Amino acid sequence: MSRFLPLAAAVESTIRDGDTVAMEGFTHLIPFAAGHEVIRQRRRHLTLIRMTPDLIYDQLIGMGCADKLVFSWVGNPGVGSLHRFRDAYENGWPAPIAIEEHSHAAMANAYEAGAAGLPFAVFRGYIGVDLPKVNRNIRHVTCPFTGERLAAVPAIRPDVAVIHALKADRAGNVLIEGIVGVQKEAVLAAKRSLVTVEEIVEDFGERSANAVILPSWSVGAIACVPGGAHPSYAHGYYKRDNAYYKAWDTISRDRDGFLAWMKTNVLEQGPEAFAVHCSRLRAAAE
Amino acid sequence: MTYSASEVMTIAAARALRNSDICFVGIGMPSAACNLARLTHAPDITLIYESGTIATKPDVLPLSIGDGELCDTALTTVAVPEMFRYWLQGGRFTVGFLGGAQIDRFANLNTTVVGPYDKPKTRLPGGGGAPEISSACGEIFIIMRQAPRSFVEKLDFFTSFGHGEGGDHRARMGLATKGPTKLVTDLAIFEPDPVTKEMTVTSIHPGVTRDAIKANTGWPVRYAADVAETPAPTEQELSVLRELHARTARAHGEAA
Repeated sequence: MSRFLPLAAAVESTIRDGDTVAMEGFTHLIPFAAGHEVIRQRRRHLTLIRMTPDLIYDQLIGMGCADKLVFSWVGNPGVGSLHRFRDAYENGWPAPIAIEEHSHAAMANAYEAGAAGLPFAVFRGYIGVDLPKVNRNIRHVTCPFTGERLAAVPAIRPDVAVIHALKADRAGNVLIEGIVGVQKEAVLAAKRSLVTVEEIVEDFGERSANAVILPSWSVGAIACVPGGAHPSYAHGYYKRDNAYYKAWDTISRDRDGFLAWMKTNVLEQGPEAFAVHCSRLRAAAE
Repeated sequence: MTYSASEVMTIAAARALRNSDICFVGIGMPSAACNLARLTHAPDITLIYESGTIATKPDVLPLSIGDGELCDTALTTVAVPEMFRYWLQGGRFTVGFLGGAQIDRFANLNTTVVGPYDKPKTRLPGGGGAPEISSACGEIFIIMRQAPRSFVEKLDFFTSFGHGEGGDHRARMGLATKGPTKLVTDLAIFEPDPVTKEMTVTSIHPGVTRDAIKANTGWPVRYAADVAETPAPTEQELSVLRELHARTARAHGEAA
């Protein structure tokens, strides 16, 4: 059964050193506030899983939280490289990071297999390409009915899934709309879960009968953090802060500048900073 | 009207798309070409981004594959596993539109690493959706700027499979889809030779010389028997493209 907690207590009780953690959100609803809390609580030796590691994983890696990254596309979308990830991977700063690299199709299938309680995912993929040569977790199976050779990857079964959703109701059910990504699959695949939400409402009211809802009994900790997906966005609440994504390219380019920025904007802040970012964005949009 | 090499590339790429296409859109230059097609000669084209947004009609170009603009203007938005399983693997796309960091003469693409995989000179973002887009879409269009370091004799890494070693290599891999049928650059249009599948110049953009193509290609370039000149961009194509870029710049700037 889900339980409402302040963000710090939610991270404290859900994520441990050495855990395998999937923070998902496909461009939309990326759980930045939760990621910042993990940095403030100085979690170490995490294996981070994410289809599209963007700024939040650059920040976690640059602050030394991770030993390994499992991913299918690592970059700052539309802008360029993740400089902190590359510094860790290419130069071992602040610590070396191991990688396990897949394609999007593989990871999407692997999350689904995890949610379905299966040991592996099967799909038609990786044909003629080099990734299977460098990733031993990419193998093949033969269809018992047709003889077709298909790709197989292990199911993703994280210790913890972390997502940001639009709303929770008083009963602790969670609502996601818009680009829903792989968040439902990640939560259902994980042993534990932490959900931050824009707001807590009495009840969800009018909605599509097919809205993505995670019932309270399928969710762990819920923390209300308005603006908690910034600089990504929350459908109907605030837009993607594309200027921030562009600015990150400069902020993250050198180690000292990055550390100074993290000190001011993450280590010396709390989750309430996110609501401030978003009211500033909304004011600018008006 | 004067125009840049980048504009003629985007416009030539847009022209390759048909009104009836169901197109898997890559981010960046492919996204610009696909939306230009939709805003000019192909108003009914179906554009789909890997974030799950189906039949999206963005007014401005998205910076990422999942900007809110894509969802707000889509017919429907599905989960990412559904996008890759039902719609892509299910064979629903007539064309996939990709970019890349490195390409070889058989239109295999590398967006993973420059240098050795374990000790890269440059770590690139990786494949994302490309490995399966390349095998599952009916055909593949590629848009890339030409340069010696990106048009290479030998790829450092096969991120996605084009025509492999050429000839019937795709068929030998069990692929029934056509693979790359068009490569549009800032200098020319390449199409696969019907037999060898080597990417061959079929059209040269206005004002571009064969020397310029040679200087920017890392393999000896082959030309089709009849090489056309790419028709110059029309005023309408240029003005629609420029308005699209201007709207996009305003929209992205507003968030600052």
